[in-house]
Order: sequence, then C-alpha cells, then structure tokens
Amino acid sequence: MKKTLTTCGYCGCGCNFYLTVDKGRICGVQPKQDHPVSLGMLCSKGWQGHGFVRHADRLTSPLVRAEDGTFSPVSWEDAYALIARRLPDVLRQHGADSFAMLSSARCTNEENYLAAKLTRSVLGSAHIDHCARL
Amino acid sequence: MAGLATAYGSGAATNSIEGIRESDVIFVLGSNTSAQHPLVYARITAAHARGAKLIVADPRITPVAALADKHLRIKTGTNLALVNALMHVILAEGLHNEAFIAERTENFAALQESLAQCTPEWAEGITGIGAEDIRQTARLYATGSSSVIIYCMGVTQHVTGTRTCAALANLTMLCGMVGRPSTGLMPLRGQNNVQGSCDMGALPETLPGYVAAGTALAEQRFAPLWGNFANTKGRKLTEIMAGMVDGSIRAAWVMGENPAQSDPDAASVMEGLGKLDFLVVQDLFLTPTARMAHVVLPAASYLEKQGTFTNTERRVQMVNEVLPPVEGSRADWQILRDAIRALGGQADYTCPEDIFEEIKKVVPSYAGMSYARIAQAQGLCWPCPTPDHPGTPVLHSTSFTRGLGLFTVNTFTLDDMGEQPCADYPYLLITGRESHQYHTGTMTRRSWALDREFPEAFLDVHPDDALALKIKENWMVTIRSRRGSITARVRISKSVQPGTVFLPFHYAESSANVLTGHHYCDPVAGIPALKMTAVAIEEKK
Repeated sequence: MKKTLTTCGYCGCGCNFYLTVDKGRICGVQPKQDHPVSLGMLCSKGWQGHGFVRHADRLTSPLVRAEDGTFSPVSWEDAYALIARRLPDVLRQHGADSFAMLSSARCTNEENYLAAKLTRSVLGSAHIDHCARL
Repeated sequence: MAGLATAYGSGAATNSIEGIRESDVIFVLGSNTSAQHPLVYARITAAHARGAKLIVADPRITPVAALADKHLRIKTGTNLALVNALMHVILAEGLHNEAFIAERTENFAALQESLAQCTPEWAEGITGIGAEDIRQTARLYATGSSSVIIYCMGVTQHVTGTRTCAALANLTMLCGMVGRPSTGLMPLRGQNNVQGSCDMGALPETLPGYVAAGTALAEQRFAPLWGNFANTKGRKLTEIMAGMVDGSIRAAWVMGENPAQSDPDAASVMEGLGKLDFLVVQDLFLTPTARMAHVVLPAASYLEKQGTFTNTERRVQMVNEVLPPVEGSRADWQILRDAIRALGGQADYTCPEDIFEEIKKVVPSYAGMSYARIAQAQGLCWPCPTPDHPGTPVLHSTSFTRGLGLFTVNTFTLDDMGEQPCADYPYLLITGRESHQYHTGTMTRRSWALDREFPEAFLDVHPDDALALKIKENWMVTIRSRRGSITARVRISKSVQPGTVFLPFHYAESSANVLTGHHYCDPVAGIPALKMTAVAIEEKK
C-alpha cells in the first residue's frame, strides 16, 4: 500500500490529506492533523470526492470527431499532427486574433502558465480567460 | 478582483483562513460558506462559539445565515446600497479611523461626499433591510477590535459586482480594518486554483504575475523567455463566447472547463461552439463541451499528476501523483508542452518543476519558492520574493501593494439591478451550489458517495408562492426564462423569500444556465449577473 500526501482539488480552501492506494484503487483518506487549513478536518468532498478517478466514463484515448458527429480513437501522435495542421490553417486564414483559449481554475499553476504561453507566444492571440470570471 | 486591485493594488484575500478563528466581528456577504468553503465555515463556527459577532447579508436562509447574530435578508442585487449605507452611518456617527485614513489612504474627501445621500432610510427602501439593522451592523463592524469581511459569488455575480468589491475595500480602509491578523477582506475563491490561474496570467488583461498587458514592463519581462508574443489586452470570457457566435473567434482550445454547462445562456454557448472551424478540448470525460470538439484529448486528473495549486489565502501547495494516469490519458502540462512543440514553439520541460522554475523568473511573488520549500513548509503564501522569505499570510500590513489605499466612488442606481421580474416572468431565480456536489458535476456526479446525497436538481420555492402556483413538494415543474426552459423537482422551503426561487447548477439534465443570460454584466469585469434571472414556473404537464 502506498500513501501519498496531496492537496484537495475541489474548493479554494486547499485542504491536504493522505490518500492510500492498494492494487490501483484509492482505499483510504486521512486528513493531515497539522496542516494549516485542514487541521485534521475534511468536508464530504474531501472524504469522498475521489470516486470519479477510475470511473468507466474516463477517456482513454484522443478522439477525433467525424462529419457525422461520431468520435473515433486516434493515437496521440495523430492527434498532435491534426492539431498542428488544422489550427495554423484557421489562423492563417482568419488571423491569430481568431483564436481563444479557455484555461482552467481546476488545473495547476504550471498548466495555466503553459496555457498563457501557448496562447500569447506560440499562437499570438491575447484571448485567454477562464471561468473564475463567472 | 478588479475592485480590490484598484483600492489595494492587489485583488487577493488579505488574510489567512485560520486567522478568522480569532476575528471578533465576522461580516459575511453572498457566501453559502458551509456548502462552498467548509473549512472557512469551521473557523466561523469556532469564532462564533468563542463569542465573535456574526453578521450575514444574504437573500436566502443558508446555514451560515441561520447561525448569525444578525441576518440581513437583503433583496438580491442590492449589496452596494447596503455597503454604502454602512459607511454613511460610520461617518455620521464618527466611527471612522481618522489616523488610518490620514496615514494610509487617499481620495477620502470624494468618498465622503459621495456617501452624503446614502442614509440607512434610503438603503432600507432598496435593500429591504431595516434602517436600524443597518445602523447596528455599522456600529458592530466599526467598533470591533478585529473585524473581517468574507464574500463570494453573491457579491460578484451582479451588475454592481466590481463596485461592491471596491465599496467593501472602502469600508475596511474607512475603519482601519485591514493589514492586521484576523482583520481584513477575504474574497473566497470558488475553485481550487482560481487564485493560481489568475496569478499565472490565464486572464486577458494581465500576464503572469499581474503585469498589465500592453505595457513596456510586459515586453521587458516576457520577451527574453517568450520571444514575440501578443502584448495586448484580449477578450474576456463572455466576449470570447460572443465572438464564437458572431464569427470573430474561429478556433478555440478548452482545458478542463465545461462552458456548455457552466456559462450563461447555454443555447448561445452551444451555437458558438458549433460554429468553430476548429475546437480542441482537454478533459477527463466526454462533457457536453467535449462533444462539440473536433479533437478531444484525454487528461489526467489532479490525483494523477504533480504540480502546485494556490488556495484562497494565496498559499501555494504541492499536488502529488497519488495514482498513475488512467491508461491512455496524460497530464495537462504534458499535453500543452507537446502541443507547443507540435506548433513550433519552445518547451523543454521534463517535469512540472521545470515549469515552476521558469515561473519564478517572471513572477516575483513566487521567486523565493521551490518544490522542496513548499513541501517542507506545508505551503507558502505569496508574496515570497526570496529563498529565505517566510511568505506573507497578512497583506498590506505596513503599506498597500499600490502604496496608499485608494478610496473610490461607487454609486448605486436602480438601473443596476439586472433582469427584473415582469408579468411574463414573475419570479427571480438565484443560482448556486449545493453541498456534496461541485460545479457542473463532472467529477462529483461520478463519485457515488457524493451523488447519492443530491442526485437530481431541485427548485426551492417559498410556500406562499407554491400555494399561488398550485404546486406541491416533489412535483415536477417547468421553469422558463427568456433564453430557454428546463424541468426540476420542487422543494418547498422558507429559505427563499417569496417571489424568489433557487436552483443549483450542477445538473446537465436540468441545467440552470439554459435559463441564465449574459445580457446584464458587470461593466468592468464582464461577470454576468447570474444571481438574477426572471423566470416563469408552472406544473409540468
């Protein structure tokens, strides 16, 4: 059994807890007693909010949508190749300004930084925002 | 955030969560704290048990409102009138802190003049709160030894959101109630990393570290790392969505968001997403938004990757990999890194820590942190500018981020109310969240122990309204607005005022945002008035 300390991914409180994993499943939650926010406490989402992680609905492959609306799995390489072909195409035609990025308050700092870099530097658009505005 | 940033120079919460325990007056506005920020609520209950006075302004009887010594049952959308009247009383009764105003602030005369007409009697007519209750609240707040204000979306999701935040900042400075432990202003961030995603420049107006876009400083700081970049102000979320509909936005990338359900006026969001020439979506699940994508990229969850989140008290904390990613999925940082490379950019990161080290070069308030320090200290509150800096739990203690605190004039007019009930749509709908569920429910509705608590949407209706509508508990009703209609089950409840109803927005099959609109927005921040939608209700035939 492996026990890992991490930060909860739900609200802005940022509780810390240990999650125990056995045979690829989360089987235990233990709040951190001396953590400045959690102080040994957790809410229902802290205790139970990990249930989605091995849900059968999880996506396991990049998907490409066909004209008729159906999705087919493709390899990561093919997905990136498609993006590298189609996205610059649209921007060449309509300008970098026609691109928008919706980043995420659920993702990490590192990921949001890369989203800003991708949008402003690589694609040359200033249109980046996320739903913290809502 | 814009309101606080103007007043203080920083839009972040001024104090720590734990500090609330020692506050002696706690003023909560528009926050259903027990459901949305349970560990903040734990401090409120602890402080209250110790004898702290608790004042709550909320149109609904939420658990924190029920606990309050004083529940100001305010009419939806009128917070600004209340806050201005509180300051009027404080000035009229000489309860303001003259020394603090003289030493730490500017523009006081303009504020004073603007509040002359904002008497409690004036506010009573607008807010529905008795003038005497307003006076007592003002005295309680101003005379506490350490008063703290806590607010959330019930303040910001209105036409007057930015102005109300600025008015609350005025209130703190007027009484010198900021810059000390347990004393300040705390906007609560609704999602785990709202603070961090703003810090990292996932905003149209600012680059990482809140450097304003379009400035020479931005050029100087980012060009060495980023080369040529779009150094201009971009479109806000609601403007991006409008751009998809009018054809000015042709391609989009959505990472871990579900605007088809979380954004107002779902029908127009779907129309916009459907018009895009190219849409990429990164998510854990095939959400309503992902179904609109040309390419869907399977992402790893927060339990399957490493990185940092910054909480509502500016504490930067470690996220660690508990489980390996579901087979076939990848962490969002990896997906973005590889996308940057595929699109011809530079991204030589082998791990999240490499990215964090780059962030430190451009975000001075993170410069003194490292993964090792963050783990060892159980998180560091920014600003933490040097490796030996302990972090900053209390902001603005000797001077404000902008130097002197700026009093601003924030006028309330009746045109600011947003969508009003009318003959065709006679009820006012408030949207919000429920305990045990979260946002659009992508994760919590797939966590069985949570979903079983509230498995379907309900509409809270006051008993008087239920009688008039001839509907009963558990009946299914149709709720219509100018944008669309949905069905939900009725819950008869005195927690809402007659004439108002409440609906949580977690449920795709009863999506509250089918009803909401973005016709009424805060003019500065572009936040839609999600807490005010005129609706009609009838029994589902």
